[in-house]
Amino acid sequence: MDAFTTHTGRAVPLRRSNVDTDQIIPAVWLKQVSRTGFEKGLFSAWREDPTFVLNDPSYEGASILLAGPDFGTGSSREHAVWALQQYGFRVVIAARFGDIFRNNSTKMGLLPVVLPAETVEAVQSAVEADPTLQITVDLEGREVRWADEAAGFEIDDYTRWRLTEGLDDIGLTLRAADDIASYENGRQPWLPTTI
Amino acid sequence: MGRTLAEKVWEQHVVRRAEGEPDLLYIDLHLIHEVTSPQAFDGLRMAERPVRRPDLTIATEDHNVPTVLGPITDPVSRIQVETLRKNCAQFGVRLHPMGDAGQGVVHIIGPQFGLTQPGMTIVCGDSHTSTHGAFGGLAFGIGTSEVEHVLATQTLPAYRPKTMAIEVTGELPAGVTAKDLILAIIAKIGTGGGQGHIVEYRGEAVRKLSMEGRMTVCNMSIEAGARAGMIAPDETTFAYLKGRAHAPSGDDWDQAVAYWKTLRTDDDAVFDTVVEIDAGTLTPFVTWGTNPGQGVPLGSVVPSPEEFADPTARSAAERALQYMDLTAGTPLREVAVDTVFVGSCTNGRIEDLRAAADILRGRTVVTRTLIVPGSMQVKKAAEEEGLDEVFKAAGAEWREAGCSMCLGMNPDILAPGERSASTSNRNFEGRQGKGGRTHLVSPAVAAATAVTGRLTAPADL
Repeated sequence: MDAFTTHTGRAVPLRRSNVDTDQIIPAVWLKQVSRTGFEKGLFSAWREDPTFVLNDPSYEGASILLAGPDFGTGSSREHAVWALQQYGFRVVIAARFGDIFRNNSTKMGLLPVVLPAETVEAVQSAVEADPTLQITVDLEGREVRWADEAAGFEIDDYTRWRLTEGLDDIGLTLRAADDIASYENGRQPWLPTTI
Repeated sequence: MGRTLAEKVWEQHVVRRAEGEPDLLYIDLHLIHEVTSPQAFDGLRMAERPVRRPDLTIATEDHNVPTVLGPITDPVSRIQVETLRKNCAQFGVRLHPMGDAGQGVVHIIGPQFGLTQPGMTIVCGDSHTSTHGAFGGLAFGIGTSEVEHVLATQTLPAYRPKTMAIEVTGELPAGVTAKDLILAIIAKIGTGGGQGHIVEYRGEAVRKLSMEGRMTVCNMSIEAGARAGMIAPDETTFAYLKGRAHAPSGDDWDQAVAYWKTLRTDDDAVFDTVVEIDAGTLTPFVTWGTNPGQGVPLGSVVPSPEEFADPTARSAAERALQYMDLTAGTPLREVAVDTVFVGSCTNGRIEDLRAAADILRGRTVVTRTLIVPGSMQVKKAAEEEGLDEVFKAAGAEWREAGCSMCLGMNPDILAPGERSASTSNRNFEGRQGKGGRTHLVSPAVAAATAVTGRLTAPADL
């Protein structure tokens, strides 16, 4: 995972609520066994509509997605995160996220930022007025800055540390291998095995 | 202060706890399928890591499989299934492939084998893993990075979510099912209502549900945004488990039951959030929109966007009506459907098939009707009861086990513009095939709808 400290870029406003992961990446794209090439599937049904915001050339190259509330609900597919990253997004800002999507994002280094709905709407309006507006997402300072405005956001210390260091979760957990082995010795005897 | 069921199960599984870090939780059972695992196995290979506990891991083929006999004709789907077979062989994971008597939808086979037991932690790269919480365990969906993490370590780092009680008072009226109950709950609290919570379903109406009904309720916890859904184990749970292949036996059974009886929320425990719903007022429920929270009683009309005070909900309703090609004010009973689907991890168990057969016995369907058992064992049980003959006599298609028309990854899909009444769990845009329109319903409503060609409650027949 690439480390994430601070990112500055342009943003694209997606004024829809309840964007489920089936919309972010339709199931037909989930048949791939590799981890690459998912950018083509990002919002693929909606992108067929020429008026869809990602087809607006003024937002080309945007790296921050300003989404409506309840972004990433539904299916656990991490492919949704891969598709957003491979398309070029580093950050998604929304008032609420689906829990699994948000968790998957932090595992991959796509930063999910929760801001109040009014703040997200204010940034959306600012970007609609000026699509070249630069937005800075400062993970170390836990702050989003645009024009002369700023808004703080919350993220727990551990997740922030892992993201800013770009650390691999499995490597971290394996440091506790002795704890895992000792827990295993005390498991209840009737618990099932699959073999 | 007492503890909730969720807190008890969580605490039992903490391997390591340190200040300022998420808990490291032990995982008792890891379910695998072909869609969300290939990149996880690749990760293990790249890091030269083994599967730590293949004996706590089980795999099946479900999302991509066709539900008619024969090989997978889509080459991309075939490669995905073949990749699972290679990975399971290389890493020593037990697999139930297509054609195997144990094959089926991943959330159907765990309970069916007795692998899903009270108090366990269960994960799978699939959001409907919440199904298994019906037995009083903690079960939740994870992404592929976490699948790799569990394969490598048999643990997951996680912060304990908040707890929510959904108290279902009163009794479900005759003809109102577990599916109607959970659709009504989701409509009440919304698709984000459960975010950040583990839900415990409680109350008289929940206690009276069969294990299959409890699985239907817990299955759709994720559609209310919850991390997991749970129901405390009781005699219904123990009776369902006793004698199953992987359930404890002999002295182990007695010890297990004694422990399982402690898995209930203490009287003085406090939930972070409490929601109440009166089962006695419920009627058959149906969704009209493009998320599972957009549901109403079948006896009512398509709502108008103006009814929603919140501007976000109003614009979502406008967009949903446009996608669904519905007009506000139309009685739902007048909505004509092209296809009926009975199956999925929500409603693909034997009781669901019995409910559909009870409606279809001696009647004829007027729509394309797919009846898809959730597993090969469910299929066998249904055939032993003669349900397949009931379905075929009614003109419905009796299929092989798989996820089928739940999710648009196999040949069972809707054509653009087609409308379904479906016992599955998601009515998202394009979920059942690009441009398809989905109304979520119970198996009984699905079967009644197949008979009339319009959304219909069994009592209407």
